[in-house]
Amino acid sequence: MKKKLSAARLYIRRHPFSALTRAACTLSIAVAMFMLLYMVGDILIQGVPSLRLSLFEPVYTSDNQSMLPAIVNTLLITVMALLFAVPLGVFGAVYLSEYAKRDSFIVKLVRVTAETLSGIPSILYGLFGMMFYVGALKLGLSLVSGALTLGIMVLPLVLRTAEEALLAVPDSYREGSFGLGAGRLRTVMKIVLPPASSGILAGVMLSVGRIIGETAALIFTAGTFSQLPKNLLSSGRTLSVHMYVLSGEGLHIGEAYATAVVLLVLAASMNALSSALLKRLQGGQG
Amino acid sequence: MLGLKKLKPDKEKLMRFVFLFSACVCILAVALICIFLFGSGLPFFGKVNVWEFLTGTKWSPDTFDASNGVYQILPMIIGSLYVTAGAVVIGAPIGILSGVWLARFCPKPLLRPIKSAVALMAGVPSVVYGFFGITTLVPLIRNTFGGNGFSILTASVLLAMMILPTIIQLTHSALMAVPDSYFEGSLALGATKERTVFRAELRAAKSGILAAVVLGIGRAIGETMAVVMVAGNQPRMPKGLLKGIRTLTSNIVMEMGYAADMHREALIATGVVLFVFILLINLCFSALNRRQTQ
Repeated sequence: MKKKLSAARLYIRRHPFSALTRAACTLSIAVAMFMLLYMVGDILIQGVPSLRLSLFEPVYTSDNQSMLPAIVNTLLITVMALLFAVPLGVFGAVYLSEYAKRDSFIVKLVRVTAETLSGIPSILYGLFGMMFYVGALKLGLSLVSGALTLGIMVLPLVLRTAEEALLAVPDSYREGSFGLGAGRLRTVMKIVLPPASSGILAGVMLSVGRIIGETAALIFTAGTFSQLPKNLLSSGRTLSVHMYVLSGEGLHIGEAYATAVVLLVLAASMNALSSALLKRLQGGQG
Repeated sequence: MLGLKKLKPDKEKLMRFVFLFSACVCILAVALICIFLFGSGLPFFGKVNVWEFLTGTKWSPDTFDASNGVYQILPMIIGSLYVTAGAVVIGAPIGILSGVWLARFCPKPLLRPIKSAVALMAGVPSVVYGFFGITTLVPLIRNTFGGNGFSILTASVLLAMMILPTIIQLTHSALMAVPDSYFEGSLALGATKERTVFRAELRAAKSGILAAVVLGIGRAIGETMAVVMVAGNQPRMPKGLLKGIRTLTSNIVMEMGYAADMHREALIATGVVLFVFILLINLCFSALNRRQTQ
């Protein structure tokens, strides 16, 4: 009889505590994955059938709950926020990795402040944007205010990923370039930045994902106006804000589910794009 | 030729300055945020007793004459602490054990899909979590435990879900940074794989894992939209796990839209309190990180 015990049962009998801890680990990941699958499954199952053409009409009415204006606003805010954050983030990273001495005071200060920025919750960015852009700079409740607020919010993310990408470029590239007589600027622009570009782009995609998903920082900076914007200084809600308003009303559950599907698909594809870029980068090096 | 030669170093210098300036924008941003938050919050502390603001339990804004309202935020502070503690109690064990599983027990073909799933979980927008909370968790809690479903418990469960990916990813990378010699040494001494992971490797990765939990705490206390959608938002002292509560973040987001004068200042002061919490948490996080890298 005893010989018939399987290896697993033998292990449980010999090391009950070890078997128990491993079971706990497996159970935990199973719970985590179950939660994710349940949420995604629920939203897809209820949301996809509610996707109707009327949800994509150019004019929002309380009947159609169209999300097209919100999608346009999201696009505009994303582009503007990136125009702000990507040059600053990438150039800042260039300074940190190519120009500054590793332990200089300014590098440490930038590190600490970037870390602080990435820990600040979005509602505080919203408060800041409301007081600084909307109030002090008199930009009003507008797409520009919202975009600049989000630009600061994603700046540390762009900076950190770009710096990591630049540091991953082997020093021999730089030495070769210097050896051929190129200056520092040319070395950076022609030799170091190109191989780092997929890493930088991966960080940009992550930022896009965060911008698309952001709500709290936008309510008091870009506002909740539900139509297509006349210009960049008019108020407008992004898809996430639209989703928040919809689910708060509690009247249009089907439409809210459909909006959640679009939001989820957008955020997930940004994530997937980012990790695909990183994978390509690692594949190229290995 | 001569002109070109003169131009070149100038361009170098100019771009060097541009790069330096870009790097300093982070410093500038933090300075501006501090100036605007503290600058707009401090006048309020001049008008009211700070101690009463922090420890009083009555929040009743007056919409007609804002200076008549009573602004005390202890219920919101306690509310934030309760939902955050709840999220950590539920999320940290599941997150850490999942991280351990991912780093040490995961069968190879499953590694990539599960890692992407965790990344997806981190990328889901917080409104979507909130919406899931309203449509699924709230009825679930209402039907299983009673109450109306908008409660501390609901918010804690939802926040636990949201901080899970952070804790899983950071635990995973903390464990991956433990040198292989720990694993080999412990196995050679006759310990099982599980005993090795839990007694030797987890101990070595301790500060990294603590940092993961601290980062999770920061996320949870700062989360706004998901909490405001499921927590009930009553500005009163917490009365039980199944009763509603308002957090610091939801206090701001709910009332800022129509607040004026003193009421608005009180909300900004709420933001200042939240900011101080976040700065303290950040401090802990970077201290732990430094210990991990040493």
